[in-house]
Amino acid sequence: MVNQLKEKVLVVIQLTGGNDFVNTIVPYTNEHYYDARKKVVIRPDEVLPINDTLGFNGNAGPLKELYDNGKVSIVQGIGYPNSNRSHFRGMDIMHTCEPDIVGTEGWLGLAVREIDPKQENVLTGVNIGRGLPRALSVAGVPITSVGDIEAYGVLNDKEKTHIRDQSIQSFKNIYSQAIGMGPVSEYIGKTGMDILKGADLLSSVASKYDSSVEYADNSIAKSLRDVARIHLSGLGTRVFYTNHGGYDNHANELLTHPGLMTELAGAISDFMDDLEEHNAAEEVAILVFTEFGRRMRDNGSGTDHGSGGGAFIVGKNVSGGLYSEYPSLNPIDWEHGEDLKHTIDFRGVYATMLEQWLGIEARPIVKGEFEQIYPFVN
Amino acid sequence: MKSDRDQVAHLMRRAGFGATAAELDYFTKNKEYSEIVDDLVNPQRFPEIDQAYLDRYYFHENMPGYVTKWLFRMLNSQRVLQEKMALFLHHVLPAAYSKCEHGPALFNEIDMFRSVGLTNFKTILLELSKDPAMIYWLDNNENHEGEINENYGRELLELFSMGVGNYTEDDIKNASRAFTGWTFTQPIPIYPQGHFVPKFEFRSDRHDYGDKTFLGQNGKFNGEDIIDIIVKQPATARFVCRHLSNFFVEDEPQVPAWDIEPPHHPELVDHLSRVFLESDGNMRVVLSNLFNSEEFKSAYDRPKVKSPTELVVGVLRQVGTYRDVRPGLENYLGTVKVMGQELLNPPTVEGWHTGQEWIDSGTLSERINFASSEFGNIENPGVKDIIQRVGSLDNDPEQLVDRCLDVLGNIKVTSQTRQELMEYIEILKKQEDSVTSADLIQMVVSTVDYQYA
Repeated sequence: MVNQLKEKVLVVIQLTGGNDFVNTIVPYTNEHYYDARKKVVIRPDEVLPINDTLGFNGNAGPLKELYDNGKVSIVQGIGYPNSNRSHFRGMDIMHTCEPDIVGTEGWLGLAVREIDPKQENVLTGVNIGRGLPRALSVAGVPITSVGDIEAYGVLNDKEKTHIRDQSIQSFKNIYSQAIGMGPVSEYIGKTGMDILKGADLLSSVASKYDSSVEYADNSIAKSLRDVARIHLSGLGTRVFYTNHGGYDNHANELLTHPGLMTELAGAISDFMDDLEEHNAAEEVAILVFTEFGRRMRDNGSGTDHGSGGGAFIVGKNVSGGLYSEYPSLNPIDWEHGEDLKHTIDFRGVYATMLEQWLGIEARPIVKGEFEQIYPFVN
Repeated sequence: MKSDRDQVAHLMRRAGFGATAAELDYFTKNKEYSEIVDDLVNPQRFPEIDQAYLDRYYFHENMPGYVTKWLFRMLNSQRVLQEKMALFLHHVLPAAYSKCEHGPALFNEIDMFRSVGLTNFKTILLELSKDPAMIYWLDNNENHEGEINENYGRELLELFSMGVGNYTEDDIKNASRAFTGWTFTQPIPIYPQGHFVPKFEFRSDRHDYGDKTFLGQNGKFNGEDIIDIIVKQPATARFVCRHLSNFFVEDEPQVPAWDIEPPHHPELVDHLSRVFLESDGNMRVVLSNLFNSEEFKSAYDRPKVKSPTELVVGVLRQVGTYRDVRPGLENYLGTVKVMGQELLNPPTVEGWHTGQEWIDSGTLSERINFASSEFGNIENPGVKDIIQRVGSLDNDPEQLVDRCLDVLGNIKVTSQTRQELMEYIEILKKQEDSVTSADLIQMVVSTVDYQYA
């Protein structure tokens, strides 16, 4: 039973670089897979089977465990027509839902605007990382980008901490006086004030958090721990975003990809434990996505950009299992003779999260009607 | 004084990356304003940066290595307007490594921008049309007789010269036909020989030699003929001059709004357009007119948000950490990137959205924290000099603030901000332990006004 009092929260994890889906959810009994992957291959004894045909990458044990407990939906064969192989363009498309024109508004930025139209909370949308991903970027929608919770804000490098408060006050005076100094100064002034508001709110996070979960020492674990700390502080954040980099495995994939799987699966599992420990798991769902899948045939050392990726939806209220269909591995079905053909449009997955989880009309955000899946417990 | 300090400081912020107090002392003492402009548009009067010297210190065959060296040039070149024009052309004629067959082709493109930026607009468009990075970026290598690829032809007219509304779809088709066969030689793979960059190649077997009608003129035009026609169009003159006004004078709305909204400085754009047409698009003459115009000189308080590159280079020039080659400069590529500008990788063929679109809470906090931390490090040679010039906090607050603003490159702040800075001095003075004018400087570089060039 979902606690109706708690507002739902979406955590999006971007696997940057294009995760190799077929080596993540491995078709370990399929001859076409072994024909195509001569070197960059996961052998049957290295997978954690979930049925007779598919198994998790052996390094993703904690994720497999969550799957066994019914907490993980595997969305197979995500893509869109004429998948773009450029990381940058591919990621732009995934962020803006605009495959045909260059879009400027990010889908999650639009979601945040729907959730908080009056901009009452600068923390409604939070990015854990530096800069602002396109997915969260919409003109006029304040999003807080947090590289380091403890250091978030301005003028934090002041060693003489006792003048920090007064420095912040001066900063505030300067920025609030920009109102009335022309539209650009006003906008910069307001943005500066938003930073202070966010910093004020976030300043309590470190002291409020106490947990027995020990996260690993890597970037995605640290990011998800930050998500947990902010969420558990009850600051009203509804959309979190973070990324896990390093998936562009053109070379030496078998040396790098296993480590990424270990980090990712461990971080998600620790995050879920942390939420459970604080009785805060029900309201949270995680979407793990990537910009594209990789080429079916390996290049001897790694894999090149392809299509037909996959996503995970993880959460206590997720009805675990396999969703959509695994793309056909038979070469006669490949696109352009080398790529897996997608079986579900990524915009349908976004629409699923927007409508079924956040309760927001998806059509104007994903720009059209796309087939959804039903991965949540009713 | 031979020139006005306020005006020279403004000129150096816009035409360059800002001047230090020592540079302002030198300029105002020795040069008339118009002489400084003349020097800016005649970079050949000053020595070039020694490329071989740079190559010895900064790895040169990859993207970060190249961009690091570009930053070094922006910081130290005595031909600063050349670097600024390379950056301008990178904004207006953008190709990106998100779609780039061969990285060094992009490096060559920036080098080309540097060498043609102060020639004339015909040369710029001609070199651009022969540039392998641009050819690949906009698919002109797939533009053949009978199988026209319009990508380059369209953007040449829409984004690189005339702007929408000044030509027809037929003009695009005919322009594209004229550029058929303008392609590049295939680069040799990097291993084991190292980089051999692709070169422009005209493939006559792919060129459409037929009759073409373009902007009302008829002939067996090739690409160069098309460019000849383009650069004589008043629409081109206006579009380019509005870009210059946007880059050097005051932020304009984003380019797609230009056929709806008039420019902020219509008279200046008119004047520069006339100069452009009379001088056959001579960029030296146009820029010289721009910088010498009263509209430019009085635009020091018009909003012109520093691009991340301008902000980072401007701060590093002041704090003086890279006046010679040193390791570490490459780290600032990431600094510029988290502020929203990844050099050599503009997001689209429209380039970066500029002006206030550089600012959001993530990028603004990056900008403030970066500047504050650079000026907070009193070991930085430039900071030492600045603190010495500013003097102790015991001086009269009003004079102290004004001196501080001057020493940081004669920057301008609103009277309210100036008042607030004076009050901040009083706060600092009440502290028991050591506060210095560095604390004041940190506040100055954290202000709203510091975001402006």
